[in-house]
Amino acid sequence: MTVAADLPIPPGAEPAKKSFLRAKTTFLSWALTTDHKRIGILFFFATTLMLALGGLFAMLIRIEHLTPGPTIMTAETYDRMFTLHGVIMVWLFMIPSIPTTFGNFILPLQIGATEVAFPKLNLASFYVYLLGASIVILSLFLGGIDTGWTFYVPYSAHTPARVLPTCLGIFIVGWSSIMTGVNFIATVHTMRVKGLRWMKIPLFTWAIYGTSIIQILATPVLAMVLIIVGIDHAFDWGMFDPARGGDPVLFQHLFWFYSHPAVYIMILPAMGVVSDVIPTFARKNPFSYRAIVYSTLGIAFVGFLAWGHHMFVAGISTFDAGAFGVLSMMVSIFSAIKVFTWVGTLKNGSISLKAPLLYVFSFFFLFTFGGMTGVALATMALDVHWTDTYFVVAHFHFIMVGGTFTGFLAALHYWLPKVTGRMYSERWALIAWALVTAGFAVTFTPQFFLGNGGMPRRYYDDPPQFQWLHVTSTVGSWALGAGMVMVLVYITYSFFRGAPAGPNPWGSRSFEWRTASPPPERNFQGPVDFAIDAYDYTTPQEPE
Amino acid sequence: MSDAELADTPPTHDHYATLEQQAAAVKIALAIFLASEALLFTGIFALVVAYQSDWPHAFQIGIAHNTKVLGSINTGVLLISSTLVAVAVDAQRAGRRVLAGSLTLATAVLGIVFLVIKMTEYAQHFSEGIYPGGRGHFFLEHPEHGLPTFWSLYYLATGLHAVHVTVGTGILVYRGIRVFKGSLQHSLEASALYWHFVDVVWIFLWPIFYLA
Repeated sequence: MTVAADLPIPPGAEPAKKSFLRAKTTFLSWALTTDHKRIGILFFFATTLMLALGGLFAMLIRIEHLTPGPTIMTAETYDRMFTLHGVIMVWLFMIPSIPTTFGNFILPLQIGATEVAFPKLNLASFYVYLLGASIVILSLFLGGIDTGWTFYVPYSAHTPARVLPTCLGIFIVGWSSIMTGVNFIATVHTMRVKGLRWMKIPLFTWAIYGTSIIQILATPVLAMVLIIVGIDHAFDWGMFDPARGGDPVLFQHLFWFYSHPAVYIMILPAMGVVSDVIPTFARKNPFSYRAIVYSTLGIAFVGFLAWGHHMFVAGISTFDAGAFGVLSMMVSIFSAIKVFTWVGTLKNGSISLKAPLLYVFSFFFLFTFGGMTGVALATMALDVHWTDTYFVVAHFHFIMVGGTFTGFLAALHYWLPKVTGRMYSERWALIAWALVTAGFAVTFTPQFFLGNGGMPRRYYDDPPQFQWLHVTSTVGSWALGAGMVMVLVYITYSFFRGAPAGPNPWGSRSFEWRTASPPPERNFQGPVDFAIDAYDYTTPQEPE
Repeated sequence: MSDAELADTPPTHDHYATLEQQAAAVKIALAIFLASEALLFTGIFALVVAYQSDWPHAFQIGIAHNTKVLGSINTGVLLISSTLVAVAVDAQRAGRRVLAGSLTLATAVLGIVFLVIKMTEYAQHFSEGIYPGGRGHFFLEHPEHGLPTFWSLYYLATGLHAVHVTVGTGILVYRGIRVFKGSLQHSLEASALYWHFVDVVWIFLWPIFYLA
């Protein structure tokens, strides 16, 4: 069914005379742009490239497990492969992807602003990201690193691999993260259109706001600890070396003080996408807008107090372990509030089953199963058994990677017509969605069994009784990879040749759809009418 | 520029509706950025506190070895400089451009004084054979466990702070020159706020490395 038919084009959403895509077309007009929409697209290309690279490493890792013993690479290469897979996916794709691409593009539109608060800082953030990413990639050619993405000392202080350039690259990417976070917070505070109160802001913007708070508060601690690890490795200061009075557990505390909140940097934006996609495709206001806003802020806050659950086997006291376990479970309470609110929104909705909503359903599946195993992992007694096994790998690939990635794909399909004014093919999207979702399930479900059976993570070789599970997982990764390549191909095609989509193909009431698609350079063609709420599907929208 | 003049001034970047909006954006952005900076130093302070409880004796030796006088003079230098820049903000509000500009530049000069004193201290440490990472003959004469950690943390924390002082001084020089020509009120306020932050960080470093 088409929902667009019953919605007349609201004033201001007529096709723009010159969209931001066509306003200027020189290379420099893109490379030096301060337009938040163009910067969002630049970030999209950069982060997607990183996704492809990290994905390629993942495929190679899986192929290595296809047969016992060496398959396509040496053990040393394998170590470097999984480290770079983790480093690239975490810092160069999942953390920046949704905020810098869709956050950049959509956030100002959702608050009726013509720009972010600091457009030049926004552009600088992009180039700082490029610089940091290049240094990380460069370290790959200098010999790579084999520490795992967690850089655990004392090994990371003594490995012959290139620790310093990688740490430096991530440090620089952290700057980009902070710059973007500061920019978004200032934008939401000061650039809202007159009369747009806090409790009227669309939920995606709320999610990016919460994410930005975590980014600016957690990133500097990681920056500090990575500087020290880099120095330790390069100049042998021995800051975390037990032989010289250092404390490796202290490193773990500081590292996870960032890296646990970092998983909320990844998942909150995806939750924001889900919160915006569901009302649009159910044609219903959210079951409780406030519940979603407060649980976003709740996750942002409690997320800072849960890092100790990564350290249950590091010798922390039973009391600490219990306290961190309880605090970790509080995150699941806020997450459950969100899931129930989303499901409540769908109930009795007029559901239009398009690709964005399909990915939201995948999000539900991956997030809920990943989340429930997370609650199990937060109890010390169980965690001791599962620590550093494939169970943990499967858990975080379900919840963090799966959640972020399906959120990213939902956003990509949902906002493609907003960005380009063109539509993707729903049929291809359905096939790709089936491949991606099935691929995810087949790749990572066996890993729960592997881990529970005792298969440690990061091992090059595996005992024969685990072989069939490894083979299943590898075959699943091919379906996942095929689905992703398919998405890449038809989205690229749609970008240039897709069918014209009109200003609001989904019939969404959200604020970003109240202007032309693609929007003009200054976002709105005249004053915007924000009198009807972003999720109000009861008030008829009258043309003037 | 006085407040009355400011009210009629358009914003300097056209994506802001008013100058008031521009000032609000700058102020909140700086406040958030300083929160981020505070967490950066918190990372170091956490390490200091943890290692101090591990090696109280070594930390005592290290602190006793530091020159209290130089550290305390530096505290005075930063406190006076912070006062000057605060007065500069007031002077600019009152429309006294030249006074505001001079005071801002004077603040920057005090920033340089701070750095010179700090470098003198570093030079003294080096001549005594104290290098980061437990290198130098000092550590052969003082084999206490934890002493290398103390000095590494000392160099790391004060070094990072010195980088901030250098950046802050640069900002103040630039801003001071601009103030003579009539700079925006919130720009000087932002520069001053950053300088106060740098000052406050030292107020924590001083007792930790010189007095405790």
